[in-house]
Amino acid sequence: MPSTQQILHAAWPHLPTVRMALVALLGTLAALASAEPPARLSETGLNAPGVMPFTPQYTLWSDGATKRRWIALPRGRAIEARDPDAWQFPLGTRLWKEFAVDGKPIETRYIEHRADGGWTFASYVWNAAGTDALLAPARGSTLPVAGAPNGVYVVPGRGDCLACHGGAPVPVLGFSALQLPHELPALVARGQLRKLPPALLKQPPQIAADSATERAALGLMHANCGHCHHGSGGVPVALRLAQRVADPEASRAEVLASLLSPSGRFNAGAPLIEPGQPQTSALVHRMRSRQGLLQMPPLGTQRPDDEGLALIERWITHDLPRKEP
Amino acid sequence: MKMHHKKIEGSLMPSRLALLAVAVNLLAFGLTVASAAEAAEPKADKVQVERGRYLVNTSGCHDCHTPLKMGANGPEPDMSRMLSGHPAAMQLPPAPTLPQGPWLMVVAATNTAWAGPWGVSFTANLTPDAETGLGKWTVKDFKDTIRTGRHLGRGRAILPPMPIPAYSQMTDRDLEAIYAYLRTVPVVSNKVPEPWAPAAAAAK
Repeated sequence: MPSTQQILHAAWPHLPTVRMALVALLGTLAALASAEPPARLSETGLNAPGVMPFTPQYTLWSDGATKRRWIALPRGRAIEARDPDAWQFPLGTRLWKEFAVDGKPIETRYIEHRADGGWTFASYVWNAAGTDALLAPARGSTLPVAGAPNGVYVVPGRGDCLACHGGAPVPVLGFSALQLPHELPALVARGQLRKLPPALLKQPPQIAADSATERAALGLMHANCGHCHHGSGGVPVALRLAQRVADPEASRAEVLASLLSPSGRFNAGAPLIEPGQPQTSALVHRMRSRQGLLQMPPLGTQRPDDEGLALIERWITHDLPRKEP
Repeated sequence: MKMHHKKIEGSLMPSRLALLAVAVNLLAFGLTVASAAEAAEPKADKVQVERGRYLVNTSGCHDCHTPLKMGANGPEPDMSRMLSGHPAAMQLPPAPTLPQGPWLMVVAATNTAWAGPWGVSFTANLTPDAETGLGKWTVKDFKDTIRTGRHLGRGRAILPPMPIPAYSQMTDRDLEAIYAYLRTVPVVSNKVPEPWAPAAAAAK
C-alpha cells in the first residue's frame, strides 16, 4: 500500500493538469451558479435606475394578455447594430416582460445576458398582493386565473423559453431595428446603439409591402413565426417568415415565395397559401388550430388570435390574388 | 455566497484537505494516463460510439424504433429495419375504440404505432437517412429534442410513449454518445407518417 507521500510524489508531475482540472471545475461551478436566476423579481434589477420601457410595433399573441416590456443595458455599454437584423447585446443586458390579465399582473418573464456569455431565461409569478414575484419552477406551472382561457394560465418552463428565443439569430426578439423604427435616433443619440447603418436613421425601417394590410400581415408573421421560420435551420420546413430591414424588398420576396411555392414536408406538398382562398390555406388552418399536432405557434397560447387571423384572411382574400402571374 | 464558502472551508479539517488533495491528484493522474492512451491510439470516437451503442441497447430504443416481426418463437425485432421506426408501407385501419374502463392505449403488432388520447403516434426513423431519418439533424437538434420533449426543441410535443421524462435526464455526454452511435447504424429509407390528431384518427 503506497503512503500518502508516495501518492503525492507520483502525482506531482501532473500538477499542471490538476490546476487545469481545478480551473475548469471552478469555471463550471461559477457558470452553473450564475445561471440560476434570482429567487425574486425584485432582485433582478427591474426597479433600478436606467431601466427603459419599450413597445415593439409588431407583438406576439399571448391569449390577449396585456404586456409591458423593459430593457436595461449595463452602464456605458451599447448594443452593436452592424448587422441591423441581429443586434449584439452587451453582457449584462437584462429584459423583462410583464403579462397581465384583466389588469392584474400574473407573471413577468426575464432574460439576462450573463457575464459568462450565456443567457438566462426565467419567469416570476406575482403574489396575490402584487408586491413581488417569485421565481417559477424550471419546468413551468399552471395558475388558476379567471380571465385566462378556461381559467388556466400557463407559465412557461425555462426550456419553453428556448423554443422561441433559442432558435432566432439573437435571443432578444422584440428589441430590434424593425420593431423600434422610431426609437433608433434616440438610442443612437444616448450612445446605447452603435454602428447602425446610417440609412436606417435617415429613413425609419419598414416592411416592404403593397398595402397597409400586407405590411401588417407580414409584420404579424415576423413577430409570431419568424423567430423559428427564418430559413436558417432548426425547423424541418423551408419556410421564411422573418423580415430583414437590411433588404426589405428581398425579404418580402423570400417570404411570399416560401408561402406561395409548393411546401415540402407538410400539407401534401401544396403551397401553404392559396391566394384568394383563406379557408383552404394551410397557413390559416395551422394558425387557427389549437390541437397540439397542428397548431402554430406550437406553444405559448391556448386560444387563436382572432383579430390577427382576420388580418391574414383579408390579406389572402384581397391582396394576394393580384400578385398571381 | 461568501458566507457559504467560509462555512465549507471552516468545516474541513487539515487532514481532510490533504485527503481531498490526494483524491484530486489521483483523479488528475488517472485523466492524464487515460488521455495519453487516447493520444497513442485515437479511438475517442470509437469509445463514444460504443458507449452510444450500449445506451441504445440497454435503454429500450429498439423496443419501439425497431419494428417487431413474427418469428418462430413469437414477435422479434426485425433487424433488417433496425431503428428505422414505423414501416411506411404498413397500412393501418383506424385504432379500435376501447371499452369502458381504465384502458388507455392500443399498440400495433410492430410496436411502432401507438393510439391513445393524443391520437396515433408513429415511432421515428432514427437511422442517418438524410430525407427520412436523422441524417440532417445536428447533435444540438438531437439534444434539444430529448431535453425539451419538443421536435427539434421548438416544434410539436414528442408524443407518448416516448419516455422523455426519463431520457431528458441523461447527461450531455450520454446523449452525445447516443447521437454518435446513431450516425453509424445502417441507413434505412423509411418515411414515417406524421402523427394522426385525435379527430383525424377517429375519422380515418
